[in-house]
Amino acid sequence: MNQLGFPILSLITYLPLLGAFIVATLSGNDEKVACKARNVSLIFSLIVLALGVFLWTQFNPAIAGYQFVEVMPWLSGVNIEYRMGVDGISLFLIMLTLLLTPVAIIASHGIKTRARSFFAAMLLLETMTVGMFAATDFVLFYVFFEAVLLPMYLIIGVWGGEKRVYAAVKFFLFTLAGSLFMLLAVVWIWRNLGTTNMAVMTHARIPAQAQTWLFLAFLAAFGVKAAVWPLHTWLPDAYGEAPVPGTIMLAAVLSKMGAYGFLRFAIPMLPQASASFEPLMFVLGVVAVIYISYVALAQTDMKRMIAYSSVAHMGVIIIGLFTFTVEGVEGALFQMLSHGLVIAGLFICAGVITSRGETLTLRNLGSLAVNMPVFAAALLFFTLANMGLPGTSGFIGEILVIVGALKVNFWVSLLGGAGMVLGVTYSLVLVRAVLFEKYARPKLMELKDLTGREYAMLLPLAVLVMWLGVYPSSFTHAFDAPVAALVQAHTAALNSHTAIAMVTAQ
Amino acid sequence: MTDFYSLLPALFLGLGGMILLLGGVLAKGSNTTPAVTFGAVLLLIIAAVLSLLAPDALLFGGLLKTSLFTRYADTLVYLGAIAALILSLDYNKREQISRFEYPILVLFAVLGMTVMISAADMMSLYIGFELQSLALYICAALARDSVRSTEAGLKYFVLGALASGLLLYGISLVYGFAGTTNFAALAGIFQQGAGSGAIAGVVFVLVGLAFKISAAPFHMWAPDVYEGAPSSVTALFATAPKAAAMALLLSVMAGPFGHLTGQWEILIQILAVLSMVIGGLAAIGQSNIKRLFAYSSIGHMGYALMGLVTGTVAGIQASLVYIAIYVVMSFGAFACVIAMRRNGQAVEQIGDLAGLAAEHPGFAFAFAVLMWSMAGIPPLAGFFAKLYVFYTAFNAGYETLAIIAIVTSVISAFYYLRVIKVMYFDKGQPQFDKTSAGAGFVMAVSAFAVMFFVVIPGPLMTAAGAAAKALMG
Repeated sequence: MNQLGFPILSLITYLPLLGAFIVATLSGNDEKVACKARNVSLIFSLIVLALGVFLWTQFNPAIAGYQFVEVMPWLSGVNIEYRMGVDGISLFLIMLTLLLTPVAIIASHGIKTRARSFFAAMLLLETMTVGMFAATDFVLFYVFFEAVLLPMYLIIGVWGGEKRVYAAVKFFLFTLAGSLFMLLAVVWIWRNLGTTNMAVMTHARIPAQAQTWLFLAFLAAFGVKAAVWPLHTWLPDAYGEAPVPGTIMLAAVLSKMGAYGFLRFAIPMLPQASASFEPLMFVLGVVAVIYISYVALAQTDMKRMIAYSSVAHMGVIIIGLFTFTVEGVEGALFQMLSHGLVIAGLFICAGVITSRGETLTLRNLGSLAVNMPVFAAALLFFTLANMGLPGTSGFIGEILVIVGALKVNFWVSLLGGAGMVLGVTYSLVLVRAVLFEKYARPKLMELKDLTGREYAMLLPLAVLVMWLGVYPSSFTHAFDAPVAALVQAHTAALNSHTAIAMVTAQ
Repeated sequence: MTDFYSLLPALFLGLGGMILLLGGVLAKGSNTTPAVTFGAVLLLIIAAVLSLLAPDALLFGGLLKTSLFTRYADTLVYLGAIAALILSLDYNKREQISRFEYPILVLFAVLGMTVMISAADMMSLYIGFELQSLALYICAALARDSVRSTEAGLKYFVLGALASGLLLYGISLVYGFAGTTNFAALAGIFQQGAGSGAIAGVVFVLVGLAFKISAAPFHMWAPDVYEGAPSSVTALFATAPKAAAMALLLSVMAGPFGHLTGQWEILIQILAVLSMVIGGLAAIGQSNIKRLFAYSSIGHMGYALMGLVTGTVAGIQASLVYIAIYVVMSFGAFACVIAMRRNGQAVEQIGDLAGLAAEHPGFAFAFAVLMWSMAGIPPLAGFFAKLYVFYTAFNAGYETLAIIAIVTSVISAFYYLRVIKVMYFDKGQPQFDKTSAGAGFVMAVSAFAVMFFVVIPGPLMTAAGAAAKALMG
């Protein structure tokens, strides 16, 4: 058992599941059920958030390995255990999930039809996501990783926009096809290493030949999830069609699953393959940053524009991860958190507009700054954070990644850094089209400014974005230890292999 | 006395069936079907308990053999038959095919299945095989006024008779070349290898059994029979006989022909690959839900056969786990099919499910869980079933087979997903009749089992492992 004496990670993981059961069994007329379901799921998500904060306070940042470890027998006979644990890398991703679930639930005010199923699906999603970040057994990880698809498929397909069915099926099949390659990798590792315990797996030495294949399998699985160009095509459809709370979870949390997978499996387990695929990953990252920024510029719909900007930022994260420097990896991690908060803020802003009965087509919007000044300030703030203005969280992440990349390759650093400039272009286009251009329609004059509920969603996010931007070390100090260990192990593995190669060559 | 206890479940089923038949005939005027069905379910439950308690034994001078393996397979058969009988009660009444003979036929079919599972001699194998087949032919044609049902019965009979003929021919060849029909003796003789005549016999036996589990390319009867037979009968076909035939296939291939692995392994591989591919591809175009499940079960048999390919204890264990989970998923899925009724009429098109999630959220959820499980999405039971067979196939060096299986499982995910899509995303008003208590119960049991398997996967794994060890010795 862990240092707290009770299984806090399992508690955080499965409390929402209990909530989902309670929500699913509520009864009454539609209106009442929607209200009750929202309240119950909000309460559950806030309780687990409180538990998460407690977890953070108890967390010891000096330890590089897993903490709060839980081990139980699970698949007996094939030697697979139920293992949970967190380290500095997963801690904040769990916190991000725990924070954004209540925000997304508050953002679900517009969901009236089949509310029980919706809120049950949201809580189920929280369970699966937290479980995935907390799992430290590969098979368990895979179970959670795939299970995320089930609630998300329904959230997009049932409550989404016009092309929701297409988007949902595309999302499901893309991710399923990708993750089945990972299943092959799981089975390979299971057979050849004899264990699926992630702490042991990461230190195993895998032959270079096999590493290449495993890396490609991971690239298929995590690349689709992280929407690495060119595997991103499901993303604009899914983000565009999902209801706002679904988009928040997808963009802010689920897209991090892919990057987390690279960081957890591909880089530590496959040092040689990661090193030899580094140029490819850099190219993919740079293409995402530059090409997708241009694609974002061409969008005519606010949600899709934000969606593409998210793909561009994932490119920065990928570049950071594959620099294998402390700065680059920390920058990528920081960018994951920052991007999660910022993109959630932006999609909530989009939700503010839709909840007032307007479409998100940029041509139909304009001059919202006149009678929605607070909304305008919020949108501007998150847009600036999105393009990495100093003082916001976006800046820290990008600058760290650029510094990390600079140590490795000047051009990658330059081109990756160009994303910050290109980000300005589409961000400003977005702000101008939504807030400033002259009235498209007189009806826009009558829109009301932010309500209390919307403050409740946007304020915490804005505060956190500032906090991360002004005092980043309160977060980075937790992932200093694991990232340093990761980078060190990576370098050591590469060097030892070169040494062996030299010996055999002689 | 030990022998008696081992024989008790079979005696119970046979005698009980005859007594019920007598009761049904004597009480002619009144409607005895519900009472007979309850009696049959009760008999099956008692027989299941007795068989679980029964000791290992070799009966009738080596004709039958009971072991952990037969108990495991018997339990699956009982489970499938009980679920099918519960489902039939209300369905047959509403379809006006409610006959008291049906539960009795099921009892005799189950008796045949248990005999064939515990067969330790080619003769007892054939007797059990025929007993269950004959009972099932009649069941398929239960709705004798319906053209589709009689067609299904006839088709099943003709093709089944062909399969039996092939099986018998194979047995005669094996006997001719080996000089015995006893499994243990055959295993001893084949230890030194076998001539081409005996191998031909093995192939014929394999083909006959492949017919019964509807493995491709011997699957042609399955879609038509599944579609034509009354749904309650299809629910039976998809569960108990499949489990029994699969168990028989395992015990024959691993038992008397266990030393000929080199010869039959490639055949099983071909059967497995074809079944997975055909089950995956042909199901995409189906609009009738029963035909869809026919193809889906062909695919599932392919996955289950993968375990046998490896010829190891772990492989047999994986196959046994797969069949158990398959049986549970199947009777749940057919409970859902049986609950699809509108204005007193059974509807069978996938399109009829449109809008179900809004109208009957519980029903739709159970159905969706079962579909996801069949597609092999974690954390549902179907995923673990697939994981085990992939793992053992990979472990034994059949990487290509495992990769084919993974690709086909993505393909088949597509059509399972379509069912969910229709229920959840499409607009429509299914206006289904109230689900009967029996169908609701079976549906709920199956959905819960599939959902919560992930919490305690241990017992099934251990049981299957013990059964596989008992079989392989």
